[in-house]
Amino acid sequence: MNWNRKDLLGLRELSADEINFILETADAFKQVGTREIKKVPALRGKTLVNFFVEPSTRTRTSFELAAFRLSADVINISATTSSLTKGETLKDTARNLEALHADILVLRHSSAGAAQFLAQRLKSSVINAGDGAHEHPTQGLLDMYTIREKRGRIDNLHVVIVGDILFSRVARSNIFGLTKLGARVTLVGPSTLVPREFEKLGVTVSNQIDKVLPDADVVNLLRIQHERQRKEYFPGISEYTTLFGLTKERAKLLKPNCLVMHPGPINRGVEIDSEVADGLQSVILDQVTNGLAVRMAVLYLCGGIAA
Amino acid sequence: MSAIIIRNGRVIDPANKRDEVVDLTIVDERIADQSAIKNQKTETIDAKGLIVAPGLIDMHVHLREPGFGHKETIASGAHAAAAGGFTTIVCMPNTLPAADNPATIAWIKDRANRTASVNVLPTGAISKNIAGEELAPIGSLGQAGVVAITDDGHCVQNHELMRRAVEYARMVGLPVLDHCQDYNLVGNGVVNEGYWSTLLGLPGWPAAGEEAIVMRNILLAELCDHHIHCQHISAAGSVRLIREAQARGVKISGEVCPHHIALTDEAIQNFDTNYKMNPPLRSKADVDAILEGIADGTLSILCSDHAPHAGFEKEVEFDQAPFGIVGLETALGIFIDQLVHKHHKIDIVRLIKMYTLEPAKLLKLDAGTLSVGAPADVTLIASDLEWTVRTDQFQSLSRNSPFDGWKLKGRAVRTIVNGKTVWSL
Repeated sequence: MNWNRKDLLGLRELSADEINFILETADAFKQVGTREIKKVPALRGKTLVNFFVEPSTRTRTSFELAAFRLSADVINISATTSSLTKGETLKDTARNLEALHADILVLRHSSAGAAQFLAQRLKSSVINAGDGAHEHPTQGLLDMYTIREKRGRIDNLHVVIVGDILFSRVARSNIFGLTKLGARVTLVGPSTLVPREFEKLGVTVSNQIDKVLPDADVVNLLRIQHERQRKEYFPGISEYTTLFGLTKERAKLLKPNCLVMHPGPINRGVEIDSEVADGLQSVILDQVTNGLAVRMAVLYLCGGIAA
Repeated sequence: MSAIIIRNGRVIDPANKRDEVVDLTIVDERIADQSAIKNQKTETIDAKGLIVAPGLIDMHVHLREPGFGHKETIASGAHAAAAGGFTTIVCMPNTLPAADNPATIAWIKDRANRTASVNVLPTGAISKNIAGEELAPIGSLGQAGVVAITDDGHCVQNHELMRRAVEYARMVGLPVLDHCQDYNLVGNGVVNEGYWSTLLGLPGWPAAGEEAIVMRNILLAELCDHHIHCQHISAAGSVRLIREAQARGVKISGEVCPHHIALTDEAIQNFDTNYKMNPPLRSKADVDAILEGIADGTLSILCSDHAPHAGFEKEVEFDQAPFGIVGLETALGIFIDQLVHKHHKIDIVRLIKMYTLEPAKLLKLDAGTLSVGAPADVTLIASDLEWTVRTDQFQSLSRNSPFDGWKLKGRAVRTIVNGKTVWSL
């Protein structure tokens, strides 16, 4: 197929074919990572700006490394070092970056829709690295890549996503991507963080993790974002762990080949027990490795269109 | 002595239950009997095929002056009103400084007298600085000439304070208008809580956040035996609550904005901030309930909630953009198009009543009728004229409208204030 998008804003607007095409492109780039010389000239002479208005270590580093491996020049800008702190609007900051001939803008922002906002206004490629509670498409893609790598397919697998779904962009990108590729998705968490409205997105909602785990092919645990949540959403961390944490005991309910995933950063002892996070079923670090290949694929495809 | 005869129009005057093709006479800035024309110079306006209505009243407008003249001035807002067919507009008090004191009211009235092409009637704040903590000097505001009190844009959360405000307003004889929003339930919500907020990850503004305060207002209207008017009703539950309370004789009423019947929250999916307003666009079921509320008379008043913002203020991230859209120049067209032509919910006579007699009654205005002796405020309407909204032709200083490019049927073609044509197509 021909890739014809300059931007990657979310997985909702992608077709199953487009998602598969990114995953196949990532296969080739994953192989590059195993060579002694891990660099290819695909984006040589291009400038990529990592524009992270919201803090991030993992995603920013992953994009930076992906760009290096594609031979792009990389600039990192964070909220505190940008003119946003001087009252400049997002649009003006981005247009200034474009005036410096930035070819690809990777945006992390606390507002849903921020990436789309810039994509509509810039000729540069815009890659969404997380916009509020909306989407985090490369995380969704690397999760799917990891499932496909470990289980050989996505179609007909039962993927259980546990935790704070309401505020999670990772959950939304996973829901959109996984349902397009034929997976069955169940969302589990407190009723306050997993509203029934999600069922209209073609997924099942459950508040009883013990009933769901035995049938799972993949369990993806989301971090409880206690820095974001107002206290009304649930009574406290220890009650959350009691009701929804993937404890050692609960992990015994899992099928032996069920994958345990987490987008990180993990809170050991809260949503997942330490032993489970480091256990044989855990593919948490594979996710990180795969994230690099997936982001190389996305930068390569979108960066090629913007040229 | 000067006279105008508006000839052969369909005169619709709900206050006098009039609907007939007849000439309308204006002598010396007042509606007059034809016999009042003697030998004075007489201008003739041909209104054949047009509706001759009492000057329309928009009782929910933000004029932004003092404080935010880059968004709208009293002069520009008044001209936008004239272009939309309105001869009287009621401006909200959330200016800078807030209209919570007689001096600011005097300033607004003076400014309006000197610069506005239509009648501008100020409201005063319920609470000092619209902060919801202490009562504003409601009696002095009344003496300064406000037509109602409201904290619009904000909502008094303390029920005790609101109760005292309503009791006090009753003594002064001022109606109370309320923007219904429970801050705890709404939190940082920016769009209707439902399918689209879930899909897009935008903070939800639940309908219950409006309904809870509508219910509060019903209880206080009963307790204080005084009228409370609920502004810009957006939710089905609010319509039901108001309908049930009115059936019990409670002095409660509600108004409707064009966007809450013409659009649903589906419109937000591209994060276009011209679809961001407060209260937010809601579901199809809410729109249907509002249309029913209009049809059965539960919701008796139409208004625009004209809320101008500069382009650069709106062109930001969705959750950071200010709420509100301009509406004066599209409101009448959308209401005629949607209510009369598209949904057949009411006829043009009822629509005119909701835009003239009803707000005039609520606010006790000497306006909204074509009775002999009334001020000669007249709007000529072409109810079947097809036209296209062009925001770049707006008289308003601001362009923040979701209706650019909409094809509408029906609009005002001439606006007459005190016998003087202030705008014509």
